[in-house]
Amino acid sequence: METAVKIKHLSVTLGGHFKALTDINLELPVGKTIGFIGPSGAGKTTLIRGIVGSLGISSGEIRVFDIPAGSAVLRQEVSYMTQELSVYPDLTVTENIKYFITMAGQPSKKSGEIVKNVLELVDMSDKAGSLVSDLSGGQKQRVSLAVALIGAPKLMVLDEPTVGLDPVLREKLWGLFARLADQGTTLIISSHSMDEAGRCDDLVLIRDGRLIAHSSPDALLRSTGTKTVEESFLKLVGDRE
Amino acid sequence: MSPRKTLATSKRVLSQLRHDRRTLALIFIVPPVLLTILKYVFQGEPGVFDGIAPMLLGIFPMIMMFLITSIVTLRERSSGTLHRLMTMPMSKSDFIFGYAIAFCLLGIVQALLSGGVMLGLLRVTVLGGTIPTMIVAVLAAFLGTALGLFTSAFARSEFQAVQFLPAFIFPQLLVCGLFVARAEMARPLQWFADIMPLTYSVDAMKRVTIDPSWTSTLTRDLTVVIGFAIVALILGSATIRRQE
Repeated sequence: METAVKIKHLSVTLGGHFKALTDINLELPVGKTIGFIGPSGAGKTTLIRGIVGSLGISSGEIRVFDIPAGSAVLRQEVSYMTQELSVYPDLTVTENIKYFITMAGQPSKKSGEIVKNVLELVDMSDKAGSLVSDLSGGQKQRVSLAVALIGAPKLMVLDEPTVGLDPVLREKLWGLFARLADQGTTLIISSHSMDEAGRCDDLVLIRDGRLIAHSSPDALLRSTGTKTVEESFLKLVGDRE
Repeated sequence: MSPRKTLATSKRVLSQLRHDRRTLALIFIVPPVLLTILKYVFQGEPGVFDGIAPMLLGIFPMIMMFLITSIVTLRERSSGTLHRLMTMPMSKSDFIFGYAIAFCLLGIVQALLSGGVMLGLLRVTVLGGTIPTMIVAVLAAFLGTALGLFTSAFARSEFQAVQFLPAFIFPQLLVCGLFVARAEMARPLQWFADIMPLTYSVDAMKRVTIDPSWTSTLTRDLTVVIGFAIVALILGSATIRRQE
């Protein structure tokens, strides 16, 4: 199976003393939705930032499509939705997306078409002319997700993309993620919600900066003899302690 | 560096300001209002106002652009948008020069409005002519923009960014020769003034005020101002990091 992300013996120390990640080893396959699941402060965002290349690592190695993470060539292939809003509140939805289309290096001739497509994907076409500051939290979140969809990236790294969204919309977005994965896109989706874990093809469970498990949801439930991912998580943590 | 991305960044910054009409009004209206107030402060001594008004035309745009640029850039650094941009195929220079172009355009409009009020309504005489006066005022705004972009890297909050005005600009203002001739100041202050860009900006405006011709000294002063601004922009680019 082709590998999208390969991580070897990754350790990250923040602020000179806080061990955010300890000896992480992972191989993430292409064309899957991969959930980074763990409580707040587990190290999910740190791991994500390492993969998109915005974090210097103390030791170990991260390769994305067999290229060192953070290399200039990967900026065309990897899109990143940060946990913060990371769109401009004082611009309209369309102005935001058009700006990021240019920054992503997409041809300006296609910008109208791209804006239409990404807004349809996140169900925001009716808000195209609205100022982002006038939108609700969930709508802002979807504008940020629309930006991550620009340019059909090979790897999408989404940090808590469904937090605060209503269940109907969450359902729609997970449907979108599954369709993108079917088309060959690899999606890394972080969440602290164990309920969402079952929707992923692959799960990476993290706690206190350490990898607890990496497997499919079914295999995880089988191996732990539990009925939910949350129970599996608790059992694995209990076994370790 | 890509001209398309740089100009798109300038357009984006201007669009953000277009949606913030109150800020635009403050940028454009405050300097002419201050000049007008000053005119009537010195009503009994019109010669004093005629002497300092052109200098203020160079200083106001610089201070305002410094403040606005440092706060807007800091907001971008702390809001996550810069973080996202740095994971995209965009160079750091596209970002910094995009901002510089946008605020220079604002500086041009501001200089035209303030200059228009000063020369037209308040009847201040500038021997060097209108166009050289405007050039000096716009370059002062460019300097303020560049210094604001650079210093924003050292602020962690908007409160700190505002404090850079008294910390970074006011000392230059005190020694630039606006209040006391530099030759009359203590020697170390003269040395300090000699290496500060505001000195050259104010000197250039003084020369435009009293000299009807464009002199080589004026060219030298403006070259120093442009040089400082470009170095500040390059250093500003260097302060943006793709990796933490």
